[in-house]
Amino acid sequence: MFNTALTWSDLAFLAQGAAMTLAVTAVSVAAGTLLGILFGVIRVQAGTYWSAPLTFVLDVFRSVPLLIQLVLANAFQSIAKLGWGPFTTSCVVLSLYTAAYCTEIVRGGISSVPATTRRASRSLGMTWWQDMRYIVAPLATRVSLPSWIGLALGVMKDSALVLWLGLIELLRASQILVTRLQEPLFILLICGAIYFLISFPIARLGGYLEKRWSPND
Amino acid sequence: MFNYTFHWNQALKALPQMLDGALITLQIALLSMLIGVVCALALTGFRLSGNRVLSGFAATWVEIARNTPALFQIYMAHFGLGNFGIHLSPYTALLVGIAFNNAGYLAENFRGALKAIPDTQTRAGRSLGMTALQAFRFIVLPQMLRVAFLPTTNQMVWAILMTSLGVTVGMNTDLAGVTQELNARSFRTFEFFALAAVIYYIIAKAVTLAARAIASRMFRY
Repeated sequence: MFNTALTWSDLAFLAQGAAMTLAVTAVSVAAGTLLGILFGVIRVQAGTYWSAPLTFVLDVFRSVPLLIQLVLANAFQSIAKLGWGPFTTSCVVLSLYTAAYCTEIVRGGISSVPATTRRASRSLGMTWWQDMRYIVAPLATRVSLPSWIGLALGVMKDSALVLWLGLIELLRASQILVTRLQEPLFILLICGAIYFLISFPIARLGGYLEKRWSPND
Repeated sequence: MFNYTFHWNQALKALPQMLDGALITLQIALLSMLIGVVCALALTGFRLSGNRVLSGFAATWVEIARNTPALFQIYMAHFGLGNFGIHLSPYTALLVGIAFNNAGYLAENFRGALKAIPDTQTRAGRSLGMTALQAFRFIVLPQMLRVAFLPTTNQMVWAILMTSLGVTVGMNTDLAGVTQELNARSFRTFEFFALAAVIYYIIAKAVTLAARAIASRMFRY
């Protein structure tokens, strides 16, 4: 194990893979969060009855394996002749996947703000938007941020599945190296360590915020 | 609209094959949950034991399971163990990978559930003359299971979705594997995978609903 054929350029290849993982994650989490906030507000405003179609569609994204979603989206984009590359397809699927979970987090955050607080702000003459912006958003963020961090990390880990579409991200990069060098354990350990190094500190931060910000403590 | 003819018939004809695959999927998910729950209980015990080595082992397991992708864990079981001369079939590798992942997440759930039960409950049990084991078995455990039940069913749904990853290590008997094999034969990717998605959705919903029904019967009081 200490006698490895791994060279620095191979490590650079792995780093490129890690950069790809981070790029896919960043785009998907950013787009997914924006969509999730939008859908979350719509779900709260429209009520259970009128938002039922939206709820159903988002639920589908959470009940079908991500791998199947990726394959379906890829097949669909080629059927519809959209001409998307693997990167775009992956980002679109992962964004919707993120949005589906983020909607629930946003909804939970908004409904954690007591109705009396919101009524008070409206009675002070605030508009709906001002109420949302200055009262609901700060309070809901405190409740939602720890689970949002968990979601972002989940998407980072799930982004490993985009290798099925041929995108060379961290796991696929290490698989290519394994095929060439035939040292599966060593290379996979490096790959796992990179994932762990990205995920662990942020997970710890999330846990800390959850403890620090949890109500009634 | 599209310059493409959908051949749904071909996919529907393969439905019995895919349903057989769905059974394997359920089987793997259930087995991995069983192993996962047993391991998670052991890990929770290790963490509470106060023994440095045991709790360190449990913490390492939980952190690795929670901070690396499930697909990586399956790869580790399939390719990584080969270094030690252990060659697992795709089925076993998938099972080991998912069970490892489940155990990590469930251990964290169980720990949270244990924390939610006040110490005074154990003390009350003990002062009624129960032994430590009895107090745990009859007072703490039932309450803990009640708190942990919902997260555990969520994990079950996750396990079902995770079984689809087996196809990346060459699994060809579960739902995703069967679908991929049919797809490789006919290139009707969209039709086959759409049908697979529907089956996965139905299974996931059925499990969620069944869990809710069981919960409402078991936890009436």
